[in-house]
Amino acid sequence: MAQRGTGVGIIQPEIENGPLRPGPEQDLVMRQVTGELQDKGFLVSNVDKLVNWARTGSLWPMTFGLACCAVEMIHAYCSRYDLDRFGVVPRASPRQSDVIIVAGTLTNKMAPAFRKVYDQMSEPRYVISMGSCANGGGYYHYSYSVVRGCDRIVPVDVYVPGCPPTAEALVYGVLQLQKKIKRNGTLWR
Amino acid sequence: MDDTLKELMNHISSKIGDKMHDCVTDLGEICLTVSRDALFDTLKFLRDDVNCQFKLLMDVCGVDYPERVERFCVVYNLLSLSLNSRIRVKVWTSEDIPVPSVTSLFNAAGWWEREAWDLFGIYFDNHPDLRRILTDYGFEGHPLRKDFPLTGYVELRYDNEQNRVVYEPVKLTQDFRTFDFLSPWEGLPAVLPGDEKAQSPENGEDA
Repeated sequence: MAQRGTGVGIIQPEIENGPLRPGPEQDLVMRQVTGELQDKGFLVSNVDKLVNWARTGSLWPMTFGLACCAVEMIHAYCSRYDLDRFGVVPRASPRQSDVIIVAGTLTNKMAPAFRKVYDQMSEPRYVISMGSCANGGGYYHYSYSVVRGCDRIVPVDVYVPGCPPTAEALVYGVLQLQKKIKRNGTLWR
Repeated sequence: MDDTLKELMNHISSKIGDKMHDCVTDLGEICLTVSRDALFDTLKFLRDDVNCQFKLLMDVCGVDYPERVERFCVVYNLLSLSLNSRIRVKVWTSEDIPVPSVTSLFNAAGWWEREAWDLFGIYFDNHPDLRRILTDYGFEGHPLRKDFPLTGYVELRYDNEQNRVVYEPVKLTQDFRTFDFLSPWEGLPAVLPGDEKAQSPENGEDA
């Protein structure tokens, strides 16, 4: 067990710079893993890192498009930007989602419903605030009917600026959230 | 186009001219002003008359003129698909004088009148279900009135102790400031900013 946890590749320092690319290095790791599996029949890893890896790999967002930002969010899901390749698949139920992307203007009338949806999500749950309106009211900051930032209602993990942010910006925000989970995600949140 | 418009206007004023306060044709559009009592009959005539056939109620909107005694104007926009023409009917009212509802003539009026009630506080008589339609549940005031403050009176926050969303009086860290000095709605200054350099003071000629 000198090379502890060569297994899933999470503990490897290389993972910080992205997964190993195909080539002799990857072959070496794979050979070590299969060797260890055949030899002992099990692998040793850190549970929290394994869990974080699993969480980052399947961030299912709650479908929560409120205004024009929703169109950019849809672009990010569609074939050109294809959030699916990061394991980000939109869900229609808060019970099945890990993250809620607040895409658009959060109005006073919507705020209690939004909080209810957030409360229905199971832990661990994350929030991405997308666009100026969700970040701080934006264009409607002085309006009588708009919440001045969705962080007044729920705790926010990642703010994506823009009006609306491009699909790329949202993808970048999702990647930042993945990084955040990898960095300081714990088993209990 | 103008002839058909003139014909239509003559037809309307010959039939219900005594009920109208005003009837003008401007920019190719007819606009009638009627009293509140005559509103129902006017719209019924416009809908049912064979030369009008304004079967669609496209919009009911309110306009606020705070300096007038009867401060609200209710505007009905009608469309005739078969004759391809539009007409506008106006009625004046105030905060406490009801306007007769036209829901029995046009089903679409139900939501339009709710909207006018919600945003302007114009009261409609005999409306089957005159509730707010757009603003928040329990909202106070009518936001499109000129005397309604831009930021309203309450704002929302989630309260961790009570585990619910609570309403609080508006507290702004910075007041609303307008930077649009060139807005035609605010009245343009005689010399636009930057234009004062166009005149050179020595010879008084344009630079």
